[in-house]
Amino acid sequence: MLQALPLVFVLVGLTLYTVLGGADFGAGFWQLFAGGDARAERIREEAHHSMGPVWEANHVWLVFVLTVFWTSYPTAFGSIASTLAIPLFIAAIGIIFRGAAYGLRPGAVTARESGRIDTVFAVSSILTPFALGAAVGAIATDRVPVGNAAGNMWTSWLNPAAISIGVLAVATSAYLAAVYLAADSARDGDRELERAFRVRALGAGVAAGAAAAVALVLVEVDNHELAHSLLSGRALPAVIVSALAGTATLALVYRRRYKPARYGAALAVAAVVAGWALGRWPTILPGLTVDQAAAGHDTLVAVVVVVLAGGLIVFPALAYLFRLELSGRFTGAEEPASASRSQSRPHRLGPRLLVRTAAACLVAGFGFLTVADAAWAHVIGVVALLAFVPLAFCAIVIPLAGEPEPFT
Amino acid sequence: MSLLLASGSLAPAQQHYLLQARQMQAMSFAVHIPLVAFAIAFPVLVLFVEGLWLRTGDSLYLTLARRWSRIMVALFAVGVITGTVLSFEMGLLWPNFTGTFGSVFGLGFAIEGFSFFVEAIFIGIYVYGWGRLSPRLHLLTGIPIVITGFTGSWMVIAVNAWMNHPSGFRLQPDGKVVDVNPWKALFSNSYLWHELIHMYIAGYIVTGFVLAGIYALGRSRGHWGRYERTALAIPLTVAALASPVQVLVGDWAARDVATTQPTKLAAFEGLYQTTSGAGEHIGGWYTSDGQIKGGIEIPHLLSLLSFHSWNATVQGLDAVPANDRPPVNVVRFAFQTMVGIGTLLALLGVLYVVVWLRRKRLPESKWFYRSLVAAGPLSVVALISGWVVTEVGRQPWVVYNVMRTADAVTGASGIPVGYATLALSYVVVGIGLAWVLLRLSRRPLDVPAEPSPGLEPV
Repeated sequence: MLQALPLVFVLVGLTLYTVLGGADFGAGFWQLFAGGDARAERIREEAHHSMGPVWEANHVWLVFVLTVFWTSYPTAFGSIASTLAIPLFIAAIGIIFRGAAYGLRPGAVTARESGRIDTVFAVSSILTPFALGAAVGAIATDRVPVGNAAGNMWTSWLNPAAISIGVLAVATSAYLAAVYLAADSARDGDRELERAFRVRALGAGVAAGAAAAVALVLVEVDNHELAHSLLSGRALPAVIVSALAGTATLALVYRRRYKPARYGAALAVAAVVAGWALGRWPTILPGLTVDQAAAGHDTLVAVVVVVLAGGLIVFPALAYLFRLELSGRFTGAEEPASASRSQSRPHRLGPRLLVRTAAACLVAGFGFLTVADAAWAHVIGVVALLAFVPLAFCAIVIPLAGEPEPFT
Repeated sequence: MSLLLASGSLAPAQQHYLLQARQMQAMSFAVHIPLVAFAIAFPVLVLFVEGLWLRTGDSLYLTLARRWSRIMVALFAVGVITGTVLSFEMGLLWPNFTGTFGSVFGLGFAIEGFSFFVEAIFIGIYVYGWGRLSPRLHLLTGIPIVITGFTGSWMVIAVNAWMNHPSGFRLQPDGKVVDVNPWKALFSNSYLWHELIHMYIAGYIVTGFVLAGIYALGRSRGHWGRYERTALAIPLTVAALASPVQVLVGDWAARDVATTQPTKLAAFEGLYQTTSGAGEHIGGWYTSDGQIKGGIEIPHLLSLLSFHSWNATVQGLDAVPANDRPPVNVVRFAFQTMVGIGTLLALLGVLYVVVWLRRKRLPESKWFYRSLVAAGPLSVVALISGWVVTEVGRQPWVVYNVMRTADAVTGASGIPVGYATLALSYVVVGIGLAWVLLRLSRRPLDVPAEPSPGLEPV
C-alpha cells in the first residue's frame, strides 16, 4: 500500500499536468491554427492573454511528477530517463522556447515580429506534449527495460503506438485550450470569439476521441497483452468512464456549458491514466513491480508526509489563484493607486540606536564566527551577522525614505 | 574514509563524453544560478519598496515596486525554464546517480518542487494583483514569494551539501543503498549551513550590485532623477552591507571545507604535499610536478586561515591517489576569482557605508559609479566561480567518496548533440532577451495600465 501511494500521487500529478498544463500547450496550438482572416489576430491575442497569471503554476506539475517519481522509484526513473533521453530532451527544448517566446512577446512591435514569436511559441507548444506523450507511450508499451539506457533510443518512442499517444496528447491539449478560451470569451461577453473557440473545441474534441480510438487499436496491434488488460477486467470500467466522460464533455460544449465541460474533460483524462495504471498493475517497467521499484520505508513515509503537507499549502493557494483568475478579476480595470492607509511620515526608529545595534551585531558576528571555533559560537555568529544586514539597512534607508527628496 | 563504492542500481555505462556531460550540466547550472540569486533577494527588495509606499504614500515607491515586480516575474519565468531543464538533466545525464540515490536526496527536490509551486502561484497573484487587490492584501500576497524563494534554495543546497558530505544511508558490500533516512541525509548535515548562508548572502550581493549597476550606468547617461537615485540606493545599500559579511561567511565556509573535504581545500591552494605551517599563493599556476609557479607566497597563511594556527598541518593532494584528485587549476583559478572579486566588492561596500556615516548621502565620485557598473557583472562571475569551486572541487566524485561521476553518467549516446543543441538554444534565448530588454528600455517611463507578464522597461 505504502509502496503504491507515491505512484498515485505521480499519476494524479500527471493528470493535473495534462489538464492544466495541457490547456496551456493547446493555447499555443491555436495560435498556429488561428486561420488567416481578420479574426485570427484576435484569436491569437486571446490565446496569448488568457494564460497569463497561471501558466507558471500549471507547469510546476511536471516538476512535481519528476521529483516524486525519482524519490520514490529511483531505479525506474533512471531507466526511463536514460532510454527516453531523446523525447525528454525534445520536451525540455520545447519548454525553453515556449517560455522564452512567451516572455519575449511584449517586446514585439510589428505584426511580423509578433507573428514570428507566435510561431516559435506554437511549434514548441505542439512539440512538447507530443514528445511527452510519445515517452508515456514508450513506457506503456513496455519498451523501457530496467537499466542505464538499456532500451532502444529511437524505436522505443518512434513506433506507431507511441506516436499515436503523442498525437492524442496534442489533440487533448488543443481541445482543453479551446474549451477554456471559449469559456473566457463567453465570460467577457465576446460572442464572436466564443463561437470561434466553440467550433474549435468541438473539432478538437472529435479529433481527440478519434485519436484515442486509433491509439487503442495501435496498442492492440503492438502489445496484445496490454490492450487485453485494458479491455477486460479491472481497467475496463475506467476505459468506459473515459469514453462516456469524453462524449459528455462534447455535448456540454455543444450546449455552451463550458465549466462542467472542463471537469468532464479532466475526468476523461484521469480515467485514461487510471485505466493504464490498473491495467498494468503491479508492474511499473517490464520485470519490475511497484514494490520492487519503491524506495525504502522511511523515504516513502517522508514523501507521503511532504506531499500531504505540501498539498495543504498548495491547494488553497491554487484555489485562490484560480478564483481570482476565473472571476475575471485579473482582466478587469485597475483601481487608481493610493496608499490610503496612512499618509504619515515614517516613524523614526531611532536611527542612532539602530546604528549601534547593527555595529554590535557586526562585532559579535566577527567574534563568534571568525575568531571562535566552537559550533555553538558559529550559530551565534551567523545569527548576529544576519541581523546586522537588515538593521544597518534600516538605519541607512528608513530615515532617508520619508524625505521629500530621498537619497540625494 | 569509506572504502565501499556505490556502483549504482543501474549498471555504470561506458560513456566517451563524460566531460561533455559535465560541461552541459555546468552550463545549465551557470545559466540558472544567477536567477536563483534574484529569486532569493529580489522579492524582499520589491516588498520593502511597496512597504515604503504604504508607509509614506509617496507614489515614487509604488512606481518603483511595480517596475521591479515586472522584472522579477520575467526573471522568475526564465528561472522556471532553466530550473525545469536542470530537473530533466538529473535523469537525462545522471540516471545512475538519481536511480541509485534518488531515495536519499530526492525528498529535497520534492519539497523544493512545492516551494516552487507556491512561489509560482503567488508571483502570479502579486504581479496581476496590482491595483486589483487592496494595497494591504497585495503586500501580504508577496510574503509567500519571499519565504519560498528562501526554502526552495535551501532544499537544493541541502541536496548539494549531501553530495559533498553524504550521510543518512548505508552501503552494503554489494554496493546497494540501504537503511535510508532522507531527513537525516538532508537536514542533520553539518555541511549544509555554511553553503546555505554563503549562497543566501550571495543572492543579496548579486541582486543588489546588478540592479545598482544598471542605474549607475543610467546615471552616466544623465538619468539621475529622484526615481533613479532611489532605485540605485536601495539595492546598493543591501549589497554594500552584505558583501563585507560575505568575507566572514566565506572564511567560515573554507574552514569547514578544510576539515570535511581536505582534498578540495588542497585544490583551492594547489597544495601538493601535506605541510605544516602551509603558505598561500596569490595568483600563479599549479604545475604537474605539484608546484605553484608565478604566484606570490604569503607564508603560514593557509594554516592560519584553515585551522587558526600558525603551524597547523594542512593535508595535501598527495594524501589521495591521483585519480581521486580534482582538476587543480580549474578549482584554484575559480577560487582565486571568487575571493578576489569578493574582496573588491566588500571594499566598495565599505566605501559606501563610510561615505554614508560621514556625510549621510550617496558618494559623488565618478569612479565610484564606474566601479558600480563593473560590480554587477563581476558579482555574477564571483557567484558562478564559487559554484565551480564547490562542484569541480568535489570531482571526481558525484557523491563525495561514495560514487564517482563516471559511474553516474548515462549510457545514452548523443551527449555532444544535446550539449550543442542546449547551448545554441540558450544563446538564441539570450539574444532574444537582450533584444527585448534593449527595446523596452527605450519605451517611455510610465506605469502601464495593463500589466503584462513579460518584460517592462527597467
